[in-house]
Order: sequence, then structure tokens, then C-alpha cells
Amino acid sequence: MADIIEKQPFVLARLDELITWGQKNSIWPFGSGLACCAIEMISTLMARYDISRFGMEVMRPSPRQADLFIVAGTVTKKMAPVVRRLWEQMPDPKWVVAMGNCAISGGPFPTYAVLQGVDKILPVDVYISGCPPTPQGLLHGLLMLRDKVGREHPTKEIFSVHDRPNK
Amino acid sequence: MDSKFLEINMGPQHPSTHGVLNLKLSLDNEVVVKVEPNLGYLHRGMEKLWENRTYAQVVPFTDRLDYFCAISNNLGYVLAVEKLMGLEIPKRAQYIRVILTEIQRIVNHIGWLGFVTNDAGAYYTINFYTFEEREEYLEIFEEYVGARLTINAIRIGGVPFDIDDKLISMIEKALVETEKKIKDIDKIVTRNRIWLHRTKGVGVFSAEDAVQFGLTGPALRASGVKWDIRKDIPYSSYDEFDFDVPTGTAGDIYDRYLVRVEEIKQSMRIIRQAIKNLPSGEIAAKVPKVLKIPEGEIFHSIEAPKGELGFYIKSNGTDKPERVKMKSPSFINMQSLESMCKGNMLADVVVILGSLDVLLGEIDK
Repeated sequence: MADIIEKQPFVLARLDELITWGQKNSIWPFGSGLACCAIEMISTLMARYDISRFGMEVMRPSPRQADLFIVAGTVTKKMAPVVRRLWEQMPDPKWVVAMGNCAISGGPFPTYAVLQGVDKILPVDVYISGCPPTPQGLLHGLLMLRDKVGREHPTKEIFSVHDRPNK
Repeated sequence: MDSKFLEINMGPQHPSTHGVLNLKLSLDNEVVVKVEPNLGYLHRGMEKLWENRTYAQVVPFTDRLDYFCAISNNLGYVLAVEKLMGLEIPKRAQYIRVILTEIQRIVNHIGWLGFVTNDAGAYYTINFYTFEEREEYLEIFEEYVGARLTINAIRIGGVPFDIDDKLISMIEKALVETEKKIKDIDKIVTRNRIWLHRTKGVGVFSAEDAVQFGLTGPALRASGVKWDIRKDIPYSSYDEFDFDVPTGTAGDIYDRYLVRVEEIKQSMRIIRQAIKNLPSGEIAAKVPKVLKIPEGEIFHSIEAPKGELGFYIKSNGTDKPERVKMKSPSFINMQSLESMCKGNMLADVVVILGSLDVLLGEIDK
């Protein structure tokens, strides 16, 4: 045993921390744009703000390959069932960011056609205000999400079915 | 439904529909037979909402119609209100408006260039260049009013702020940068074999068809019709500037690309003239705090980057409009999509849709 340790270094770590360390540094966002905020989301992706510094540059056009849903824009009542279904198609574990005032609370559109906040249909992790939020604002929100992912306990979900967070 | 053809859905979640658009496509093998756009996924009830807002409160909402060129929407609405009031705008304010809207035109066309090459298969290569260039202009907007995208930079009566030397030097620097970038992109795209294969002779639309379908903007001019409202029905002292209206001949996607690149150059010419001849004086006319407009109705249209943008306003003597109807260029241009796509391949649909430069915020309102 002693000579194996000498030859092969190993690391002791809490499994939760190890898993979340991997998760939070490789979040793949779902490239879905609904309205104005989508343009700022694309700006964040580009060279000036460069979201790839945080390992998030892999924008997936399919929900089945993504684990972060950035709800970027106004969710109308016609679009709401589609948004819900797209979120259901994403594999667990998954997170939701409500980007912009429209996604938070309907924003400037208190009308018959607009869903007053995407948290009526999806469990939102981080809210980013602004109309639209600047790329700096979006990055700040995503860093907050990273911290939140780092505090989670994924092993609980594996070992105890009852302790699963109500998602 | 005809069972002979394959029916597929494109959207509302699709990377190339430029928003939340649903297209029902009927295919005969790879060839498109029928295209049926299904709209309304971004309908926010704007026009109804405006009936409960004062005239000045409507201006920020117009930003969110065509969010890629917000200032052009501001100008279209504000000019209609001013025409209804019979308000005279100071010359300096008019020139600043011209500078801002032409910057917005450059921003729109250069952004379009990135997206349409994306659709044609150059996955984000050109987009990285064009968005970096776009950021230069967004910084100018940020310096001017403090916002980047939904800017609200034109108010009823004039403009909110004056242009100072620092801003002018920023604009001049950005224009020089754009000239270099346009040359770079020209080297990558214009003679590129893949680009030529994807665009030459694809989505052809004749001049007669374009007029019949009410097509406006660069797509109309690419078909060979010389119609530009800035030239033909001048507004906001556009008649004092010297610029050309570029037209194409073939009416295909390649010509639409060439027309837009040429329009960027013409916009730069207009901005340089406006900065050189910037008159001194007030930047806003006197407008009462509570704006009440006597009964009447008006229609006024401008040349937005995407085409003819018109606003119809009916007033009833109160401080709120009775009805505001918007004639959006994207909505009108959208109806020619089916005729352009018929007989082309499935993969060409995304490029043709991209070349029309439609934006869903403006279509659904």
C-alpha cells in the first residue's frame, strides 16, 4: 500500500464538491432567443464579452444537449407551452435563468397576450433585471448561478429519492 | 393536407428563424413546394397597449418592436406625431437624428451580414467580426444616452442630448474602423465559392413581383427598383445630403448582400456630411409637458433599415392616441417568402429567410 501511494498520487475530495466543480465550470446554455434580450445574449457570446471564459460558450440549439435555459425575452401565452415543453426536454440536472424584465414579470407589457413572469411555468434559479440587461449584467447573473450550482448536493439526488429538490 | 408531400415544421425553436417563427414546409423530396408562416409567437398586444399610454410614453415601446434598429422605430413614430402636431424641428436636432439613424442602419446591416453568413453555413466566423464592429457603435450609443440596445434616443420635439466633440471623434474613429472591416469581410465573403454557390440565383424575385408583393427596403432595391423614401419623399432634411441609392439587377440573395454592403458605405457618407455641416442652435423644439393633440389622423413613413416603416395615428383631442397602427417592413416582406422559396432546396429556405432580414418583434408587435 505504502509504495502504491508513493507512485500514484491521489486526491481526497467530497464527492458533492467534485461533481459540482465539474458542473459549474461546463454549463452548456440552450441557445434559445425569444425577443430583444436574445440579441444581448448573442453579444455576450461574442469576442468583446466572451462568455467562454466561464466554460459556457457551447450554445446548443437543441434542448436535449443543454443544461441551462436562459429565458431571454418576452414569453407570450402562445409561446408559453412551447417554452415549458422545451424545458421538459432538457436532461437533469438543469437550471433556468430569467433574463430581462419580461421574463421576470411581464415587464412593460401588462397585456392579454403576455405571460406575467416565466416563473409561473418554470422553476427559476436566477433573475437578471434590465430591459434588456447588458452583457455585464448577464455575466453577473451567470456567475451567481455558478455559485449556486457550487452549493448544491448532487449525491443526495442519487442516494435518496425523497431528498430530491422539487423541480 | 396532401399526402404526396412531406410536411415538416421549422420553429418556433430553431437557430435560423431569427426569433420565434414557425414555418410549415411542404417538401417534394428536397424541393420546397409550399411555405406557410405561422406568426404570433411574440404578439405582445402593443397596439392595444398604446391606446392607454400618452404620446410620449409610446416612444420607448417602439424600441421593442424592431429591437435590432430601435432608433429608426423611434424616428418613424416621433415624425408621425410631429406631423400631426405641425411642429417645426430645429435643424441641429434633425441633423443629429440623421446621424443616429444612419449609425443604426450601419449597425443593422453589419449585424445582418453576420447572421446571413451564419445561415449560409459559415458558423459564427463572420459573426465574430461583425459583432465586434457593432460593439463600437453600441459604445457610441452608450456614451450618448446610456443604453445599448433599446435606446429611446429620439423624443417628441427633438433629441434628448447634444452631440459633443468627444462623441464626434468616437463616431469618426468607428467609421474608419468600419471601412477596414468591410474590406476584410469583402475579402472573405464576396468572391468565396461556397457563398456564391449558396446565394447566386437563389431566391430570385423579379422587379414586377417585388412591386406586386409590396416588398420594400434593400430586398426591393436588389430586384432593380430604385425606391428609397429618403430620396423620393425626403424627411428630416435628407434632401440636403448627397448619397446614392444602390440597386441590384438579378434580385437574388447575392444582390441583396451587395446592396446592403453598398448601403453601409452610403450611410457612412451621410454621417460624414452631417458631422461636417452640423448646424448650431437648439436641439429640441418647445413641447408642452402634457401633450394634447387636436382631433385628426396622419400616416407617415420612413425608410427603416429593413424597409418602409409607417405609423398611422388617430387622435381624439386627449393626451392619449385613439389608435396607433404600424406598418412594419418585416411583416410586408414576409409574404413574399413563399414565392421566393418555391422550387428551391430545403437548405435554401433559411438563407432566403435571412436575406429578407425579417425580425419577429416587428411582425407580431
